[in-house]
Amino acid sequence: MQISMTINGKEYSHDVEPRISLAQYLRENLDLTGTHIGCDTSGCGACTVHVDGAAAKACTLLAVQVDGSEITTIEGMANGKEMHPIQEAFKENHGLQCGFCTPGMVMTAADILKNNPNASEEEIRHGLEGNFCRCTGYHNIVKSIQHAAEKMNA
Amino acid sequence: METFIGQPVKRREDDRFLKGAGKYTDDIKLPGMTHSAFVRSPYAHARILSIDTSKAKTAEGVVAIYTAEDGCGAFGVPCGWQVDFKNGETMREPQHPLLAKDKIRHVGEAVAIVIAETQELARDAAELVQVSYEGLPAVTCPKKAMEPGAPKVHDEWEDNASFDWCIGNDRAAVEAALEKAHHVTEMTYKNHRVAPNAIEPRSYIADYDVNGDKWTLYTSTQNPHLIRLLLCAFALGIPEHKVRVVSYDVGGGFGSKIYHYTEEALLTWASKEIGRPVKWTSDRTEAFLTDAHGRDHIVHSKMGFDKDGKIVAHLTDEYCAMGAYLSTFAPAVPTYLHGTLFQGVYTTPLIHLNVVAPFTHTVAVDAYRGAGRPEATYLLERIMSKAAKEMAIDPAELRFKNFIPPFDGVKEPGYQTQVALQYDSGNYEAVLKRGLEMLGYEDFRMDQAEARKNGKLLGVGISTYIEGCGIAPSAVVGALGARAGLYEVGHVRVQPTGKVSVFTGAHSHGQGHETVFAQFVADKLGISMDDVDIVHGDTDQVAFGMGTYGSRSLSVGGSAIIKSIDKILEKGAKIAAHKLEAAEEDLEYAEGKWKVKGTDKSISFGDVSLTAYVPHDYPEGLEPGLDFSSFYDPTNFTYPFGTHIAVVEVCADTGKVTLQRFVACDDVGNVMNPMIVDGQIHGGVVQGVGQALLEEVVFDGEGQMATGSYMDYAMPRADDVPMIETDRTTTPCPHNPLGVKGAGEAGAIGSTPAVVNAVVDALSHLGVTDIQMPVTPQRVWKAMQSKK
Repeated sequence: MQISMTINGKEYSHDVEPRISLAQYLRENLDLTGTHIGCDTSGCGACTVHVDGAAAKACTLLAVQVDGSEITTIEGMANGKEMHPIQEAFKENHGLQCGFCTPGMVMTAADILKNNPNASEEEIRHGLEGNFCRCTGYHNIVKSIQHAAEKMNA
Repeated sequence: METFIGQPVKRREDDRFLKGAGKYTDDIKLPGMTHSAFVRSPYAHARILSIDTSKAKTAEGVVAIYTAEDGCGAFGVPCGWQVDFKNGETMREPQHPLLAKDKIRHVGEAVAIVIAETQELARDAAELVQVSYEGLPAVTCPKKAMEPGAPKVHDEWEDNASFDWCIGNDRAAVEAALEKAHHVTEMTYKNHRVAPNAIEPRSYIADYDVNGDKWTLYTSTQNPHLIRLLLCAFALGIPEHKVRVVSYDVGGGFGSKIYHYTEEALLTWASKEIGRPVKWTSDRTEAFLTDAHGRDHIVHSKMGFDKDGKIVAHLTDEYCAMGAYLSTFAPAVPTYLHGTLFQGVYTTPLIHLNVVAPFTHTVAVDAYRGAGRPEATYLLERIMSKAAKEMAIDPAELRFKNFIPPFDGVKEPGYQTQVALQYDSGNYEAVLKRGLEMLGYEDFRMDQAEARKNGKLLGVGISTYIEGCGIAPSAVVGALGARAGLYEVGHVRVQPTGKVSVFTGAHSHGQGHETVFAQFVADKLGISMDDVDIVHGDTDQVAFGMGTYGSRSLSVGGSAIIKSIDKILEKGAKIAAHKLEAAEEDLEYAEGKWKVKGTDKSISFGDVSLTAYVPHDYPEGLEPGLDFSSFYDPTNFTYPFGTHIAVVEVCADTGKVTLQRFVACDDVGNVMNPMIVDGQIHGGVVQGVGQALLEEVVFDGEGQMATGSYMDYAMPRADDVPMIETDRTTTPCPHNPLGVKGAGEAGAIGSTPAVVNAVVDALSHLGVTDIQMPVTPQRVWKAMQSKK
């Protein structure tokens, strides 16, 4: 099937098998390997991207389902060399260790703060419910998001 | 001058991860690369009657299909550790074939590999492979596996035992002491099986290159050189110098990526057969079915006390599952990484542990974050808290009564345990005192009493752990059955311009070596961190190494680097003395310069480096260059310790446990980067909390795994845990140059019993004395109901 979408501000058009997930499409067709696949049941959240401005799990969306959509992946978060305040905050607060869940965490964090710029610790934890991290115990991820919120609201 | 040791330096690896530019194995694409899928058994125990690949072979995009009938059928992966029976009989060690031949021994065991042009086509064709099985009864419980008439995992032996082993004092003496004890506390429980679940699934690409007859294996491993050694010398019998193993970024390991897995060897073999690169990336269910699991001990234990609450003896019998085949480190985990910690932090004079390790119709059990030490700590810390309750002594007080007194390992000697080891240095009272202070223990007890009046169930749980890491002195582990040495290699290459490349055999899969190693290298050389680069994860670049596990990177790998730095400074001093026209003994090295003491004459590290590579005006007889590699073999393990305290609230109506607070006061020796140590503790704690409250691999009666996906296996999520309150005491390790002990596993070792102790404490006034992990709402609710 022929599909077209805008990914990180650029137009793409490809002929894909209908069964290909958005995550596979990003990784295989576009070499956007920052979107990671940790499971195939929406359980881990490593594949989280933004579809038309909202966080979505790219492992359980078919590429053909998002035909015509606007997609942002982790590769589209920084402004050139300048990292997004959330990326900065993760670095500043040691919000990552092995880095595998990190792209999904950053994309989810952006979604949490977009909907609730003053999210409390509890709201942040609730918002991260769909993302596993096995390294950090979430402590520094939550701190990173709190710090990012402070910076973004300043 | 800026120094870096002990500073919370931000990680240099973070930029690439945060931008999605990390290089994990599945991110790599090679020209002409094929993809593979495995046909895996749906039975736990079965005879293979026939395999028909004819239809699959003609499917679209299929390149090749192999079964055990093909050339790979002769090969198997080895076990790296031999633990013999206590009666002298050799460990029973079955062949672990790359593909199952006649018999299936666990669900998920591979029967065939299908290689095709794309991953989807490989999976399509795998579904067309027809395997006919005759299902047989299976056994998954290690205790049941030893009952007469239990289904046998391997037909060649009379029962399922791989070995039957013991450690400690004479059993009869321990039993006699228990007979005479004033009080005996007894426990029977299961330290249940958990799945490591690194979020990056295992992934491999094997690439055979006919030019040069060389293989490259890209693999998500914690120890590339060890994989190369096992792959070449034991699995396939191919020449080691013709194989490059590359492990760039790895998305967490927690032990599960130490081992040499069958898929690694099979892909390497198949790549040469088809003359093209082959990739395989596990999906999550395959990960549950085929990654080595952790724990799975059935425990019966007795601890005896005198009238003052001093421990007089400890006797434990365990059945510890090995799984269907012996994974790389498996026999060491319930024995030398477990029984040797039965002293704990206490002066117990008599200890005996017996371990029967049966084969079961399950995937292998091997080292998982802490490996044997969390199981030992769970036992000691649960039984101490249970005993305290029975003897009506405060659980903190009972621990203080029994602690080994402080010793620094320098002025006071190390502490000789009853179970083979000598602890390096420790101050166990100090961490418990600090932990209680952080919590506000006495205030908590008042709050708890008040809450109980209002029907609210609050509990506090204490755990005072010790672990043995910095693995390990080669001669010691060799005597204990290890088939490898456990030293580490550190190679420091000073470039002509004074920039430094460090090649380490340790491997980072989240620990931040690129930053932390650069911190101490920069400090020791008195140069900028920007001038130091850390290289790991490529056998063509790094001379050799044993990898990262057992919290060994800094204590063993770091020490190897320090040895090379010492050699560089020694040689540099010769060059500096020549250039400064001074005697070597008149020089001192500080802030990146050799200075003639008491003068303003000096020469910089950069100038000496340049001189070493442009040796025109140079000491006679000295070799050019400034490049040293060292092996460091530790003289002892290191022994981090600490106190973990959990506070929980139990919902009286539903049994749901809420972890309200978690306090961790750890002593990991000297700290290079406190930010990273805290991060390791946070993550370890939450993994341990996961085992206590949520996680369990469950098999049904036929050996089917009922928890094979994230829909069924519960792991801690962000809203299951609070912020972790951390602090430290510092008792340096006396036997390595940095004085470090290791922090990677501590969190997972101390936390699990703290949480369960807290739950039991919350319910203790109802008469609940024990509760099986994971402490799910259902179990808690049942425990409460049983006391009504």
